[in-house]
Amino acid sequence: MGNYLLRRLIVAVPSLLGISLILFVLLALAPGDPFGELASNPNIPPEVREALRVKFGMDDPIMVRYVRWLVAMIHGDWGFSFASRVNVDTLILQRIPATLYVVGTAQLLALIVAIPVGVLAARRPYSIFDQIANTFAFIGFSLPTFFTGLLLILIFSVNLGWLPFVYRADIQATGWMWWWENFKQAVMPVTVLGLYQAASYTRYVRSAVLDVIKLDYVTTARSKGLDESKVIVKHVVRNALIPVVTLVALQMPTVFGGAIVTEQIFRIPGIGSLLISAILANDTPVIMAVTFVFACLVVLFNLIADILYGWLDPRISFR
Amino acid sequence: MDARVAPLLEIKGLKTYFNTDEGQVQAVDGVDISIGSGETLCVVGESGSGKTVTAMSVLKLIAMPPGRIAGGQILWRGRDLVPLGSSEMNKIRASEIAIVFQEPMTSLNPVYTVGDQIAEVIRLHQGLSKKAAMDRAAEMLALVQIPNPKARVNDYPHHFSGGMRQRVMIAMALSCNPKLLIADEPTTALDVTIQAQILDLLLDMKERLGMSIMLITHAMGVVAEVAQRVVVMYAGRVAEEAPVDRLFANPRHPYTQGLIRSIPRIDLAAVKKSRLESIPGSVPKLVNPPEGCRFASRCRFAIPDCRIAQPPLREIEPGHKVACIRAEETLL
Ligand SMILES: Nc1ncnc2c1ncn2[C@@H]1O[C@H](COP(=O)(O)OP(=O)(O)OP(=O)(O)O)[C@@H](O)[C@H]1O
Ligand code: SF4
Ligand SMILES: [Mg+2]
Repeated sequence: MGNYLLRRLIVAVPSLLGISLILFVLLALAPGDPFGELASNPNIPPEVREALRVKFGMDDPIMVRYVRWLVAMIHGDWGFSFASRVNVDTLILQRIPATLYVVGTAQLLALIVAIPVGVLAARRPYSIFDQIANTFAFIGFSLPTFFTGLLLILIFSVNLGWLPFVYRADIQATGWMWWWENFKQAVMPVTVLGLYQAASYTRYVRSAVLDVIKLDYVTTARSKGLDESKVIVKHVVRNALIPVVTLVALQMPTVFGGAIVTEQIFRIPGIGSLLISAILANDTPVIMAVTFVFACLVVLFNLIADILYGWLDPRISFR
Repeated sequence: MDARVAPLLEIKGLKTYFNTDEGQVQAVDGVDISIGSGETLCVVGESGSGKTVTAMSVLKLIAMPPGRIAGGQILWRGRDLVPLGSSEMNKIRASEIAIVFQEPMTSLNPVYTVGDQIAEVIRLHQGLSKKAAMDRAAEMLALVQIPNPKARVNDYPHHFSGGMRQRVMIAMALSCNPKLLIADEPTTALDVTIQAQILDLLLDMKERLGMSIMLITHAMGVVAEVAQRVVVMYAGRVAEEAPVDRLFANPRHPYTQGLIRSIPRIDLAAVKKSRLESIPGSVPKLVNPPEGCRFASRCRFAIPDCRIAQPPLREIEPGHKVACIRAEETLL
């Protein structure tokens, strides 16, 4: 098992290198650079600007700059944010907890909703419950998160005033109040993101359960005299989750993409909104680092999916 | 079957229908079958004749919907199973009536060890501890002659071959000492050499545990070898029923006669190239089936009267029943 993990991690390295190279080249080719502002600032003489460019190696070939970035990053030097005037790693470490908190809770919510709803819907296909669940799932993934997000803000923050519409990382309260405030400000983003994901997960779970429930071994389980609930939980759901795990893992890039939008709407100080402001400010080191962190997160979740997969299905061996 | 003792299982006028897009499939339409204690009954008939649906109806394992038991009684030791709720049925399943299916490759859950799957049913019905149930599972594997049972309980189904998986299924089915084992084509999916071993195992188990067996098959050779009594099914109905010797010596339903003639004869095959005679035509559709005898379209004895009403299952000699109005005239 440990061996298997190690091998998967080693396999992940080349793909991460590839991703980082592509990102780097794309960013280098993109118009605009962090010195744009310096260039238009009349107070800075051209010689100083030129000296800075040389100092930061801005005019070297792309490959040289990439290798320099890579070596620095491996040594823990993630670069310097020109816009915020702090080290990039400090910036990311500040921002990442909010993202993980919101995205993680939303995924949890999505699964907690999708698994029972999907299973119940598949238990009685085309029943009233199934049709209602299907309708909601359809509505759920047809409505973009920016729409539902703004709608919720309008209702619960603006009209009712129950929930804050700006997410704050620096809540002043202590003890229980801190938890309560944190909960309140996370409710809307987690709901929006979670239910959006739940909509597609419900369909995955439903179709996976429908596939499994007609298999011979489920009839075997019934012929043993097990209660229907036991048959479903032990002999259907576990097997049905195997393909669902794969689909959820494949959704991870979309999930983080959705998180960027959600963070923007709810002003969550996470790495998604950091990415947007960095792009607006042409803050290349930050853009590079944040996109790379997203890539790492996707790889990490795929790894978790692999482990889950092997745990659920003994036919996959870790050898 | 001895008429003086009440049968263990008595299926009376069973009707199992399925609602489909094309209409109502009358898969089983008025079937009577009974099995005595310690008896080996074979149910034969070509594909689609309703053998599996009958077996699944007994344990009420038919998917409802689309299926439903539309009529009849299933008397298990005198008690009708048809109106029973699922919790009552669950007490009978596996502990009194067990079933083995045709497909050993897909009948075991791939994500649990075979020991877990056998122990599950033992714990459920006999309330043993996990450890004791696991030991009992190993004993059962030993009983069905799986080598090295103590270690193999921890293996997953994909570590076993088809024949070995069927042994596991049999071990599982027998682990709670059922009084009746329904085996639905237990050897059809296996290699020929393995088939004989599994049949021997079933008969051996029957002797040791003193249960009854309802063996479903479409191989007449198997019937001749293992059955005491035979029920021939055709298109959801019983065509003929007789003790095995009598059925082979004096088959009276034209369909049974066709089945017996279609057995490949090794002695004759050497002389004549192919003596394998198949029955022309195919099973009628069970959605709005024809009135009268369902075999009429393929029967060489058919007369207009055959198409008027369903021929009743008549006892023409003690223990020999035929559903054919011309049973007395169909001598070969
Ligand atoms: N779930 C179902 N829905 C609709 N029709 C069904 C269903 N299950 C069985 N049937 C129909 O019932 C009829 C009898 O099927 P059954 O499986 O009992 O045949 P069988 O005698 O066991 O045949 P085989 O030798 O192929 O196993 C078939 O015509 C089949 O199409
Ligand atoms: S009742 Fe008529 S059609 Fe049916 S088997 Fe007998 S002779 Fe043939
Ligand atoms: Mg069958």
